[in-house]
Amino acid sequence: MAGNNLKEVSAEYLLFEAKREEKFITGSEAVKEAILRANVDLAISYPITPQSESMHLVGDLYAEGYVKDYFRGENEFAVMSEVAGAAMAGVRVFTATCGPGTLRAFENFPMWAGSRLPIVMAFMTRGVNAPLTIQPDTIEMSFLLDTGMIMLHAENAQDLYDMILLAYDVAEQTSVHLPVGVFVDGFFVTHTRQKVKVIVEDVKLKSYDPSRSPMPTIDMETPPFRYMRDPFVMKSNFISYAAHASWQQEVIAAMYRSKKYLEKYLGSLIEQTNTDAEIQIVASGTAVSQARAAAKILKEEGIEVGIIKIKSIRPFPTEEIKDALKNAEKIVIPEFNRAGWLAKEVASTIKNNDRIVHGPRVYGGMTMPPEIIVEVIKKGTLIGV
Amino acid sequence: MSESITKPNPYFKEYLPQEYKDIVEKEAFKKNKSFLDLGVVKELLEEHPLCAGCNLALSLKLILVALPNPEDTIIVGSTGCSSLALAQVGIHNIHSLFGNQNAVATGLKRALSIRFPDKVKDVVVMAGDGATADIGLDMTLHSWFRKEKITTIMFDNEIYANTGGQESGMTPCGRVVNMAPKGKKFSKINMPEIAKTSGCDYVAAVSVAKPKSVFSSVRKAILVAREIGPTYVQIFTPCPTNLKIKSSEAIIVAEEKVKQGEYPISEYISPQAEEYLKNLGELSQ
Repeated sequence: MAGNNLKEVSAEYLLFEAKREEKFITGSEAVKEAILRANVDLAISYPITPQSESMHLVGDLYAEGYVKDYFRGENEFAVMSEVAGAAMAGVRVFTATCGPGTLRAFENFPMWAGSRLPIVMAFMTRGVNAPLTIQPDTIEMSFLLDTGMIMLHAENAQDLYDMILLAYDVAEQTSVHLPVGVFVDGFFVTHTRQKVKVIVEDVKLKSYDPSRSPMPTIDMETPPFRYMRDPFVMKSNFISYAAHASWQQEVIAAMYRSKKYLEKYLGSLIEQTNTDAEIQIVASGTAVSQARAAAKILKEEGIEVGIIKIKSIRPFPTEEIKDALKNAEKIVIPEFNRAGWLAKEVASTIKNNDRIVHGPRVYGGMTMPPEIIVEVIKKGTLIGV
Repeated sequence: MSESITKPNPYFKEYLPQEYKDIVEKEAFKKNKSFLDLGVVKELLEEHPLCAGCNLALSLKLILVALPNPEDTIIVGSTGCSSLALAQVGIHNIHSLFGNQNAVATGLKRALSIRFPDKVKDVVVMAGDGATADIGLDMTLHSWFRKEKITTIMFDNEIYANTGGQESGMTPCGRVVNMAPKGKKFSKINMPEIAKTSGCDYVAAVSVAKPKSVFSSVRKAILVAREIGPTYVQIFTPCPTNLKIKSSEAIIVAEEKVKQGEYPISEYISPQAEEYLKNLGELSQ
């Protein structure tokens, strides 16, 4: 296997020290570059636009000997169950999907978190039916907020590359051991070329050690072999309810424990510019890039605007957001979806949330010209409201 | 699993529960047990919360004693009556979602092949008729099409028993059950035939009333799945609770229906599997 020629290194070395070079590549190619270094045992694919190309390229890595096993599953529900079975047996896995595929697979995500599986997967977000759409839209993130999964939102191909790699180290911590979804806006990032600094040294992430799992690895090597005298379900008594309730609480606690590991790589869960400005834009994903362009236009007109980029949606940076917005007069939250899930998250976090303008929002595949953000900021309210 | 894993630390031995000592001393993981050993050896399932006279519970005991390699076997289950008993089996088993058992088993088997390339790890799916032939049918079939080396065992009680007796695809045509108030309108799904055409190298339909045939079909299925390809065993386990059969008569019904030709018994062995089993000789009996 060609992968054997790469030297195993720690996540810290891989992300902070390994030699990098700038390449002009698409987001899908950035996924390939990340998986090349991730030392993945098993990757499972299923086609859906705009995700497919990423998993073609991961398939190429398998053919080249950098991924030990790879196949195309029968549908997304099955694929998510297949990676779950593999993760339970103690190997490192990768898969990706988007939009309708996310919804078809949905039942698996809380099961992954509840089973404490350190699965890393990418979501190349797109709209959901009906009517049929294949266009960019982040609506699926709204549905996934309470699955127990860690959710990172990449702004660009560089974020996507780094977040996939760091996700493995965070997911596999014993005190975390949860799935991580790396979300990236489909087409805008996956199908465009950007400058990405990728690792060029002959190194890869050190192998997954199944003994780090807080749950017994299902391999008949790791006791206990019998979990329960009585299964939780079907027992109508307080002990069984309490067992299930505390299990759920532990999943959420583990998700919040991931924060310090995320901060090691991401710095803060948020990134701020122009912190003193009275007008603040809060955004995640490519909406951040659009906000930057809007801020530039406004600066030329003498209007100062701050930008708060949220990198981690789960865990949500509650304290950071409270602090960053404590003096803001107006908060504008541009989003690529109809639901406005980020605005709702921020609104439930800060005091005096009538400072928030819930928008602008574009969806159905529309782009977000910086001018509409500029217009909302100038009017101080949504256009046409 | 190495034997040292179950061997008690001598200093702790006296503090271990009797049940654990029995596992070690009465050889729960002993290879090549016979179904005639039931009741004498330490069983992998002793207590279970299933109904009195449950044919599924009996067939599960027969399956467990038939495992050729229990210390290196992993069970993948699904939602339903069987999931309640499987949680109490003394070997690693998974319940994840309703219907995804063959998909989970696929990933698990491939992962174990990566981690233990020189060791035999048998992966055995055990699920009901609803999980195997209705909600999980696509994943059952695709694991067979892909020739995944796993054994699929269906507990066929011809009904959704755990949810209160609803029609399943395996319910015989015409039977009046919940959600089929005027009787089921289509035939029982012919899973053994589907398994054969979908790539299984060993297929058997047996009745729980014939312990020897359950035992030998399970053993052959697991051995063939190791080397040749996917295998399928369907065990007729009529449900006393939902079919309103007296507990003491449940097994008689399992026998009578077969005698009357209402439940077809069959066995298919592919030429490669036949050759393989012949070379194994006594082990496969």
